[in-house]
Amino acid sequence: MSSEILIDPITRLEGHGRIHIFVNDEGSVDHAYLQIPELRGFEKFAQGRRAEDMPQITSRICGVCPMAHHMAGTKTLDDLFHVDPPPAAKKVREMVYDAFMVEDHALHFFFLGGPDFVVGPTAPKAERNILGVIGKVGLEIGKEVIGVRKEIRDLMNDAAGKAIHPVFGLPGGVSQPISPELRDRFVAGAVHAVEFGKFALQIFRDVVLSNAEYVDLVTSEAYTHRTYYMGLVDQENRVNFYDGHLRVVDPDGKEFLTFEPRDYLEHVAEHVEPWSYIKFAYLKDVGWNGFNDGADSGVFAVAPLARLNASDGMSTPVAQEAYEEFFSTLGGRPVHHTLATHWARLVELVNAAERMGELAADPEITSSEVRTIPTATPTEGIGVVEAPRGTLIHHYQTDERGLITQANLIVATQNNAARIALSVDKAAKALVHGPEVNEGLLNEVEMAFRAYDPCFGCATHSLPGEMPLIVEIRGPQNELVREIRRD
Amino acid sequence: MTKPKVAFYWCASCGGCEEAVIDLAEVVLDVVEAVDIVFWPVALDFKISDVEALADGELAASFVNGAIRTSEQREMVELLRRKSGAVVAFGACAWLGGIPGLANLSSRESILDYVYHEVPSMQDGNGVRPQEETDVPEGRLRLPHFDEDVRTLDQVIDVDYYLPGCPPPPSLIAQAVTALVEGKLPEKGSVLAPDVALCAECPRAGTKPEDLKVERFHRPYEIVADPETCLLAQGLVCLGPATRSGCDAVCIAANMPCTGCMGPTSRVLDHGAKALSAIASLMQTQEQEEIAALAEQLVDPVGTFYRYSLPASLLHRHVAPDGARAEVEADGATPVGASTRGGGGS
Amino acid sequence: MPETFEPTIVAFFCNWCTYIAADLAGTSRTKYAPNTRVIRVMCSGRVDPQFVLGAFARGADGVLIGGCHPGDCHYQQGNYNALRRFELLRRMLRDMGIEEERVRLEWISAAEGHKVQAVCNEMTEQVRALGPLRLVTPPRVEADGDVGTPEPAAELAGRVTS
Repeated sequence: MSSEILIDPITRLEGHGRIHIFVNDEGSVDHAYLQIPELRGFEKFAQGRRAEDMPQITSRICGVCPMAHHMAGTKTLDDLFHVDPPPAAKKVREMVYDAFMVEDHALHFFFLGGPDFVVGPTAPKAERNILGVIGKVGLEIGKEVIGVRKEIRDLMNDAAGKAIHPVFGLPGGVSQPISPELRDRFVAGAVHAVEFGKFALQIFRDVVLSNAEYVDLVTSEAYTHRTYYMGLVDQENRVNFYDGHLRVVDPDGKEFLTFEPRDYLEHVAEHVEPWSYIKFAYLKDVGWNGFNDGADSGVFAVAPLARLNASDGMSTPVAQEAYEEFFSTLGGRPVHHTLATHWARLVELVNAAERMGELAADPEITSSEVRTIPTATPTEGIGVVEAPRGTLIHHYQTDERGLITQANLIVATQNNAARIALSVDKAAKALVHGPEVNEGLLNEVEMAFRAYDPCFGCATHSLPGEMPLIVEIRGPQNELVREIRRD
Repeated sequence: MTKPKVAFYWCASCGGCEEAVIDLAEVVLDVVEAVDIVFWPVALDFKISDVEALADGELAASFVNGAIRTSEQREMVELLRRKSGAVVAFGACAWLGGIPGLANLSSRESILDYVYHEVPSMQDGNGVRPQEETDVPEGRLRLPHFDEDVRTLDQVIDVDYYLPGCPPPPSLIAQAVTALVEGKLPEKGSVLAPDVALCAECPRAGTKPEDLKVERFHRPYEIVADPETCLLAQGLVCLGPATRSGCDAVCIAANMPCTGCMGPTSRVLDHGAKALSAIASLMQTQEQEEIAALAEQLVDPVGTFYRYSLPASLLHRHVAPDGARAEVEADGATPVGASTRGGGGS
Repeated sequence: MPETFEPTIVAFFCNWCTYIAADLAGTSRTKYAPNTRVIRVMCSGRVDPQFVLGAFARGADGVLIGGCHPGDCHYQQGNYNALRRFELLRRMLRDMGIEEERVRLEWISAAEGHKVQAVCNEMTEQVRALGPLRLVTPPRVEADGDVGTPEPAAELAGRVTS
């Protein structure tokens, strides 16, 4: 007897979604569709807005990665107003951006995607969260995670105005320089972040790589797709989150295409399906050939796994070591196992932390020369960054007053949308049998989505057990407000 | 004694309000001590069926962020309203419509046309548009209806409290949750934030002249703002005088002007109108031509004054997007002001 | 025979000049279109943009503001403030789809009864030519949970939050 299973809503990720699974008479899955049921229309209501407001307007596309939109928008404004920021301004932007990459990646691994992995994919619902992770890996780590994240959030707040919806980006620079005191905190923060990144990698080795079942899960065919991969790289083809040119490798890992961000329209296009509000990006050079992977399909991937695949290495030493370990363990480049994204994310975390430290140590970082005033008439601009979730492109056209006439945004997850659809379908087909399925199994189907689109998760359920926990609650001036003990 | 149950939900939202809860950091654990979160799709694995299984009123409170734009969002908030003792509109979008509310400047059709057909990356597109029902080989798929306009939460369900900000500052969130748990919430309909304008708490207030007058408005990229002086006095359009405080003036601390995300004080009906009035009153000149020239410098009045509050405004939306008068909306909004009655009518 | 559209014009007239001029038009038996509903304010500078928007939301097809000539304001500066707000407001209203002819600011002194007649007649015809405004505003939920009818007055009463 055929039946339908609806997972609604999908949970532990940013945004809305549902998975509709069609099960046939024999009990196997005919197809699983991941539907995105929301639309807000940013590209339309950008029209008529002042260009300089776009970094703050577009950050409201996502409150988890607002810094990514803010930065893409700010770089677009540089291009639009034909203005080159002073070197110090670029360094400030990149340093703050690297801090954001550290924080967002850490959040994902420990709060969102990590629990499935670290606690176990079919563990009881109540344990699939940060507290379950703490139970597995220890209380110390919990305090570390909360502490490091808070330290970095405070750096972002002080450098950019707000961590959630920053305000400091302007065409030609940033709104305020970094003071020596703030620079010192960035230096300390980067040291903590690098240690923390190494720590997280070690957790991954101890908890995941040394567990044969998990390794089987990661390398299983159910969670594997062989697609093209895209990411920003520098002159030496090393991963760069803030700037560079775009590089695409084919499913065999060979360089397929490189292009400058301003040529994106020649290479990336969007496809629409009637059953979802999301638009699916694909490579024009290959073409849209349906929801398939392989060299004949224009489906591609972005974000940590893709960035590592599309690059020749990392720009900092500890991350480079981790990069080499990643590929030698998993059989060389490219790695097609979607769940390996969790590991790739940690490699990137270390890279962002090291880079943040390099920039914080640069004597120019406290310069007061952080603005170039634009003088040219604005026309058209394109800006690209690597958001935690993938390549993010902003493109604005304006009239001579700098009011937006046309805006086009290719948002990171769109670049992954087709591959995500493939992943959900494949996982459902591999895992779901018969009309009766248990909740844990359905979570394994959700995991196929979760690896790509991390958002924040948070361990705010009632505490599952008698876990010793000592927490210090500090106020805005870091004064001790209260200490909670459960021990 | 069982802990009160709460739910968090998001509508046309960016997730920033959820992040703001996470930014409570350790304080969140205090919250967890005190309440039982039984539905929070971003963080927990409970599904809609779990909410439906609750008794009416079983939830002490639902915190709902995001504006209302789809049928799914309307249905979800109506469900949560039934199941909740109190509903809190969390963040600028739920209270006032937020930045997604700017979509009320366009018609639904023009948004769908632009997003799915006209953007440059769709030029070779397949001409397809999302549909509420699609027949695929395996069966039928459904999508929610994308409404004609963006609405605030209280334009769809009864709301008990409002927590302002984009996002709400963590300190205000902590205070609100504490008040809920301790049963010390103010009267229904209250906005849970200080009821004074930002100028009152701004660190630069001392440099704001008694008789502040502006000879020229500057766009933020045109000048390098002095980091100590009132931004309005420097000709930047700062909405501090017309916007609620409670946010620690963090944008001003970053040397950028307030854009109004905390909404108006209680003495204001329409935030954008009041903000416009405050800025207009600063114009130095009395000459009509010079006043007009100053007004021309404010090139995007709607985007500047109504950035977060268009759906809550008195006009609610652009009155004739694409040149056509808005018609009756199937889900209940009906036109007003049809003055075909004879002279002297009501 | 088709019904002619009769526009509703809400007029805010300042107590010291324009309102007296309107009175004068009345006592002089100077007829003008009855479409104008006059509200007396102490000064044109009292006219808050919220009044203008509120008038539109409650069904006005046009809004007229009348004040003293520059230099003659009973309170010195009030009419200049009205002018500043008006110049900015009409640009914002234009961007919201409300045509410029629907909102007007005139300086009318106490002796200018004929000017009241001329302005009201002219504005009535201009707005008649534009047609009714026909705003769409959504119903607002009342305190008792009922979804109220989209009557502007009820809506606005519920809008003051705290």
